Amino acid sequence: MNLDFAFLTPQVLSSYVLKGFAFSLQLTLVAMLGGIALGTVLALMRLSSKSWLALPAAAYVNTMRSIPLVMVILWFFLLIPLVTGRPLGAEMSAVITFTLFEAAYYSEIMRAGIQSIPRGQVAAGYALGMTYGQTMGLVVLPQAFRNMLPVLLTQTIILFQDTSLVYAIGAYDLLKGFEVAGKNFNRPVETYLVAAVIYFVISFSLSMLVRKLQQRIAIIR
Amino acid sequence: MNWDWQVFCKDTIDGEIVPRCFGGPGDLTYLDWLLSAWGWTLSVSLLALLVALVFGSVMGILRTTPHRGLVFLGNAWTEFFRNIPLLVQIFLWYHVVPALILPLRDVPSFLLVVMGLGLFTSARISEQVRAGIQSLPRGQRMAGLALGFTLPQTYRHVLLPMAFRIVIPPLTSESMNIVKNSAVAFAVSISELTLFALQAQEETARGIEIYLAVTGLYFLSAFALNRVFHFVEQRVRVPGMIGGGQ
Repeated sequence: MNLDFAFLTPQVLSSYVLKGFAFSLQLTLVAMLGGIALGTVLALMRLSSKSWLALPAAAYVNTMRSIPLVMVILWFFLLIPLVTGRPLGAEMSAVITFTLFEAAYYSEIMRAGIQSIPRGQVAAGYALGMTYGQTMGLVVLPQAFRNMLPVLLTQTIILFQDTSLVYAIGAYDLLKGFEVAGKNFNRPVETYLVAAVIYFVISFSLSMLVRKLQQRIAIIR
Repeated sequence: MNWDWQVFCKDTIDGEIVPRCFGGPGDLTYLDWLLSAWGWTLSVSLLALLVALVFGSVMGILRTTPHRGLVFLGNAWTEFFRNIPLLVQIFLWYHVVPALILPLRDVPSFLLVVMGLGLFTSARISEQVRAGIQSLPRGQRMAGLALGFTLPQTYRHVLLPMAFRIVIPPLTSESMNIVKNSAVAFAVSISELTLFALQAQEETARGIEIYLAVTGLYFLSAFALNRVFHFVEQRVRVPGMIGGGQ
């Protein structure tokens, strides 16, 4: 078998792959920001002493974490149209799914981060007359975010890799772009290889950056 | 909404409801299909777990040896299999590897998926095994070597017996992950639970019942593995260690 990458000209790449790549990045970014925001709320709920807040949050997180992501993607693709009453594109469905799914994982990270802050910090906040919101927003969460930043970013790299699973509902992402190009030019072997290299280069360089960041944070502390 | 659990008793060809829900030879009900799909999911998961444990342990051990070349090999292995999405790795095994390595052309796709899922997970297990070995006090290795053990003997009799006990909890969650990750095998037409969910949903239009059954079986399989590992953890615990017996 001879490999021939010549057909992957810049024009081919920009017409097949670029759109998918943009969607993969968009999905990663939206799900990261939305997931961290929602995950922080979930973590605060789980750590609350009120069981009507803690129990639903725990149930949500544990359910999401015990179902395969592919099945979660399929579930949402099935259920969202039933709830909203009209069909939603695969891309939009993927964005909603990943935000809600990743929130469960980010919330576990944030929970560990919040729990790593000494209790005295919370007590000090209250002693200074701060409300719960002020204590969390000004004292606890900034430190928790900082301590957990490397872990949050590592989870984001995993999220970026997992976006390839939107394949299940046929959304047009980076992998799909390569696949369509491979089918049209009858060169699937080459396109899958290039796709693997691109995913690897992005994930590997990001994880190297996270490692650098981790060292810097460790030194400052 | 209305439930229709009878969908599982339907024949997969003519859609007639079969009494007793199990079809005979040659005509399957959706229940038959569901159970066979569960079997495929379990086979892929368990075989991949075996592959992952073997390769993950070897690579994790190599990364803790004093030989630079072996450490590099272990590190490269781990980074390679960790930084490519599982689905892409499955496609590589299914489409690319047989095309480049001709003798593998006749290998059934089931085994290719087992290798793909197994080696993907081996990278994560190698991280855990390495961390387990490195969490042991340095003196253990030195004591082994000082007693005249060779390096392999030190690993076999001193380091690994403790390290493997330490990594049982992370291995437990990894084994549950492998069941969840095996869902990706649908993409290369392995007739496992997710592919069943997709196809049966299409044919019967009873997506919620089908998905609930499939999700429940995933949950059950992962939970069963969790119990098995928990049992092993109890059996091999060392008295006096944290988490060990009294």
